[in-house]
Amino acid sequence: MSIWEYANPKKFMQTSAWALPWALAATVLCLSVGLIWGFFFTPDDYKQGATVKIIYLHVPAAMMAINAWVMMLVASLIWIVRRHHVSALAAKAAAPVGLTFTLIALVTGALWGQPMWGTWWAWDPRLTSFLILCLFYMGYIALWSAVEDPDTAADLTGVLCIVGSVFAVLSRYAVNFWNQGLHQGASLSMDAKENVSDVFWIPLVICIAGFILLFVTLVLMRTRTEIRARRVAALLARERLA
Amino acid sequence: MIALLARDLRLAVRAGGGFGLGLAFFLLVAVLVPLGVGPQGDTLARIAPGILWVGALLACLLSLDRIFALDFEDGSLDLLATSPVPMEGAVAVKALAHWLVTGLPLTLAAPVLGVLLYLPGPGYLWLVVSLALGTPALSVIGAFGAALVVGLKRGGLLMSLLVLPLYVPTLIFGAEVVKRGAAGMEVATPLALLAGITAGALALLPFAAAAAIRVNLR
Repeated sequence: MSIWEYANPKKFMQTSAWALPWALAATVLCLSVGLIWGFFFTPDDYKQGATVKIIYLHVPAAMMAINAWVMMLVASLIWIVRRHHVSALAAKAAAPVGLTFTLIALVTGALWGQPMWGTWWAWDPRLTSFLILCLFYMGYIALWSAVEDPDTAADLTGVLCIVGSVFAVLSRYAVNFWNQGLHQGASLSMDAKENVSDVFWIPLVICIAGFILLFVTLVLMRTRTEIRARRVAALLARERLA
Repeated sequence: MIALLARDLRLAVRAGGGFGLGLAFFLLVAVLVPLGVGPQGDTLARIAPGILWVGALLACLLSLDRIFALDFEDGSLDLLATSPVPMEGAVAVKALAHWLVTGLPLTLAAPVLGVLLYLPGPGYLWLVVSLALGTPALSVIGAFGAALVVGLKRGGLLMSLLVLPLYVPTLIFGAEVVKRGAAGMEVATPLALLAGITAGALALLPFAAAAAIRVNLR
């Protein structure tokens, strides 16, 4: 029994078919408990009022936006080293999910920033690096959709993902440097565990768990769809030859 | 490898090679920006470092798809792949040729355009230094982007989408060097970081680009 068994699409389909309803149920449970608790049963912040509650969407989405890219990096590396097709398809399936999380983080951040900072957008290091992450996701997805041959596309996007990861990290620190060079940025850093009181923290952790499960569920679903699409394409090709 | 370099340079400077295009584009950017933002000297002087760097970057982008696309179409890339020169070496030489016909002229022309944008006096030295250090990184990152899309029919637009995010760190540190230099501040830190990015890109990206070309030639 090793993890490489799941490189077999059939085995993967069996296991994921079994795991998917559980993951879905856990997602719904965590997200509904976390969000309802967060939105309706936590006190307003003494300074930020009710706007603080956007944290329950913003922080988990932002965390998963980065983690989704890391997952794509690992999946791409597995594809390039061991040539397991499921791995390449999982990376492909994760990209639009990650892009959506990035956009959720950007939009909720803007909605919170408008009443709090008095502006929808500031060239704060974190905001800027998320915008750049968003561009990386778009390039990755565009390359997948532009290349016709699936194996070529998987190889090229894999290389792009690895190089992009290096440059995304570089950009993160470059942006930090760039903004400190200009002005003292409006500080987003909240060092969560020290500053946020337990009243907010417990529902936040439930929400983060819910978003992780949501990501797992969506990626499983989308990978299954990709595998089925690949099977359909293979069947069609066979029919055309016959 | 030297023969390859000479061939690429010859192709670039002869008619239809698009040698002056990047330079003309750079000039146009430097002319259009004052027309857009107005002729006030202090505004222009403040944005000059950024405009010059962004202009150089876009001018560089303009000629990137020529690095591999033409060779891919007429089959010389296949010949290169079967030649004794390793693909990594060929990529590095082609990036060098691209830098010699775009990056180097841009670096030399930049001070002249700096005059148009009222770049403050001490900035000129750092403008040339930062472009000389940074444009090789632009060429080699661009060669990687061009290698990714070489098999596609219309890869140019996609390539800009792929390459521009990769240019972010180079742009930030390069423009920062000029900005600090123009303000008479210490430039060692961003200059060292810019040099680091260039060195890292030169050392590693030819391998990634060669891998992408091998995939595309498969």
